[in-house]
Amino acid sequence: MRKKNWFLVVLVLMLSLVVAACGGNNTGNEGTNNAEGNTEGNNTEANNAEGNENAAASDSEQVLNITEASQIPTMDSSMATDAVAFQFLGESMEGLYRLDENALPIPGIADGEPEVSEDGLTWTIQLKEDAVWSNGDPVTANDFVFAWRRAVDPDTGSEYGPFMMNDVIANATEINNGEAELEELGVEALSDTELEITLAKPIPYFHSLLTFGTFLPLNESFVTEQGDDYALSTENLLFNGPFTLENWDPTGEDPEQWSLVKNTNYWDAETVQLEEVNVSVVKETSTGVNLYTNGEVDRHPLSAEYVEQYAGTEDFRSLPEPTLFYLKMNQGTEALANQDIRKAIAMSVNKQDLVDVILANGSVVSNGAVPEDFTMHPETEEDFRVINGDLLTADQEAAKEHWQAGLDALGVDSLELGLLGGDTEVATEMDAYIKNQLEGNLEGLTVNVSSVPFEERIARDEASDYDIQSSGWGPDYLDPNTWLEMWTTESPYMTMNYSNEDFDALINEANNELLTEPVERYDNFLEAEKVLMEDAAIAPLYQRARAYLWRPDVQGVVFNPMGADFSYKWAYIE
Amino acid sequence: MAKYILQRLGYMVVTLYLIATFSFFLMKMLPGSPLRAKEKLSEAQQLIVLEKYGLNDPVPVQYIKYIGDLLQGDLGISFQMKNQAVTDILLNRIPISAQLGLYALLIGTTVGMLLGIAAAIKNNSWVDYSANFVSVIGISIPSFIFAGLLQYYVGVELGLLPIAFWGTWQQAIMPTIALAIFPMAIAARFMRTEMIEVLGSDFIVTARAKGLNETAVLFKHGLRNALIPLVTVMGPMAVSLMTGTLVIEQIFSIPGIGEQFVTSVMTDDFSVIMGTTLFFAFFFVFIILIVDVLYGIIDPRIRLAGGKD
Repeated sequence: MRKKNWFLVVLVLMLSLVVAACGGNNTGNEGTNNAEGNTEGNNTEANNAEGNENAAASDSEQVLNITEASQIPTMDSSMATDAVAFQFLGESMEGLYRLDENALPIPGIADGEPEVSEDGLTWTIQLKEDAVWSNGDPVTANDFVFAWRRAVDPDTGSEYGPFMMNDVIANATEINNGEAELEELGVEALSDTELEITLAKPIPYFHSLLTFGTFLPLNESFVTEQGDDYALSTENLLFNGPFTLENWDPTGEDPEQWSLVKNTNYWDAETVQLEEVNVSVVKETSTGVNLYTNGEVDRHPLSAEYVEQYAGTEDFRSLPEPTLFYLKMNQGTEALANQDIRKAIAMSVNKQDLVDVILANGSVVSNGAVPEDFTMHPETEEDFRVINGDLLTADQEAAKEHWQAGLDALGVDSLELGLLGGDTEVATEMDAYIKNQLEGNLEGLTVNVSSVPFEERIARDEASDYDIQSSGWGPDYLDPNTWLEMWTTESPYMTMNYSNEDFDALINEANNELLTEPVERYDNFLEAEKVLMEDAAIAPLYQRARAYLWRPDVQGVVFNPMGADFSYKWAYIE
Repeated sequence: MAKYILQRLGYMVVTLYLIATFSFFLMKMLPGSPLRAKEKLSEAQQLIVLEKYGLNDPVPVQYIKYIGDLLQGDLGISFQMKNQAVTDILLNRIPISAQLGLYALLIGTTVGMLLGIAAAIKNNSWVDYSANFVSVIGISIPSFIFAGLLQYYVGVELGLLPIAFWGTWQQAIMPTIALAIFPMAIAARFMRTEMIEVLGSDFIVTARAKGLNETAVLFKHGLRNALIPLVTVMGPMAVSLMTGTLVIEQIFSIPGIGEQFVTSVMTDDFSVIMGTTLFFAFFFVFIILIVDVLYGIIDPRIRLAGGKD
């Protein structure tokens, strides 16, 4: 008897499912008809429920729906290291200053411009009196002192704290090495609204550095009370920025959706027009494109295969980033120690085809060591790249001459070189192209490509275990130094055994004697880049751009060259 | 029976221990660390960060600590999601994947069985051929292609169902269908072959001869005997669904464990990779146990525990 029942249950189950799913398994089309029949009634409801978003885009309700490629790894400003974290920290928190649309620092929690002592070492900053945390506490000078100490404290285990503050804030390096007490850090609260910062040396770009996420304030009593739970989810966070972060919980029921909601307690709330920014994690480009087509999201990044399809439409936007890609040539090898060989390699790659065909996302050819649209000359306000122009361009004919001269000097007629690169799709495609270009233009050259995972590439880089390396760099602060200092002989990042006294001297002078002379200092950087390119120390390839599908009625989003990629504070929907 | 299950549970623990050990050492042979900005940090700073994760200890010490924590149900802290416990991350994602996988398995096998039965009864007719056609397509075309097609045609062109995300039942339809295609095809093929064989055997002839009606012949005698091989493939099928969820969850932006696994591999998130691997391993071993137990229920001829009962 029991067994009969068991079969009855199975039968009923099966029969009930025939209706629901049988058609669906024949072809896609039949399945949809079926689904239509079953869901018609609820469909409109569903549309309403999740698609407030939908309606918003067209009614110019101030709601923006965007996608991110990954979850927020952390909302703890001391621990943040990546673009997504800095993006949402930048929207929900505010530091002393914030970057405006020209990438210049404007006051955030600070009340006006800083007062800088004559030697450039002491910065005194007044704070706004009406800035508050989301629990009602005022944002005080002590919040900055607490946050910065926490960031350099070895016990915190922060990566960016020491990286951003060592040799910048007085005693940060010593504290990080355990040679000084935490209280000796060069930051002090003179009163609730007056902050005094002592620098290790007069850093000329310190003003813009203060806009970076690592320098955000933290409410001491709240953070201490939360302990290890701090920043685990929305509940364990306090905000003082233009928006508050809502429904963010990486271990909650929906870890991949969250929102930014306008913070009515923000000191400048009347400037903020967006009521809500809804964020969903979408990892597949095709899914994002589908969501965009249906009007469910207002922005999604495009990969190369979609760029062709959308380039030229009003929804397409390409944003150049200050991220450079280049070939590092290890001058510890006999062949690459030869300047002619290096020049031949640097000049033989057709960079225009590389950006147009292989990358196809709006990336631009790079012919220098500093990207375009990054910093301006302090006096003439001309772009660094515009002043120095193209320093190392592709020229196959000249490349062949340099190649021959180099081979003669080495006394060989063929060379075999390794090319170390990443293992992502873009990287392998690009490295195959470079190999093809080099071997095609330089007779007698054999290039052996090794495509390895990121960590492995870094390990080989640190061990100087490569001939040529396909590499890239993003800036850490708004100053040409972030692009040039790493090529000095003593730099910890110098793994390619390049050394030029003139270059070292120019950079050294810029970072010591000329720290308080912005114009002369900038000229030093211009000169240093020329030396570097004349030596063909590196072979610049391209400056990356990112392609987006972007609803044309979304206006006023500011794109930042460093820190948070975007600022939504001034954004609105037409 | 109880003794048998206990014994198997014992083996399960041993298997899981071995898997944990192997994956631990395999992972240790790969590059990967919690450092996100390694190329920009000095060695001293790297050591400070690694210390926090206990990665400066020799590997055997790390191993003993890991197994010790594991015994207490602690999978450690994610390398990528700062301070988040791996168990917390996984616990909320497992039910989502389980739900999706279960829907797909139920719908897939049920529909597949029906197709197979229909094909077997109407052997060599158009019903048979079309059922066969459907299952060949289901086996040969990967699920993510179906997912992409469904998403574009049903979601975008017709606008009938939500394109992505998880939460409402409408959102579950397309991923379930995409994921169910494969088990459906497999079930249909097995069912057809077995059913044809069973329907040709002597006891069916006997059943018909003693005047049983056709329904009873088909479902009581035929289906029950034809089900055994299907139960055998259900285990591997459930496992193939696990790998299916990796892609399907990614495409439909479903916050399940498969999607988390892909992400953790991409970002070298050691502790999350270990956690998900162990979970998948546990699930696999558990499914095999269930299948073995089911044999005994469906086919009394198969005696568990050496046929003592």
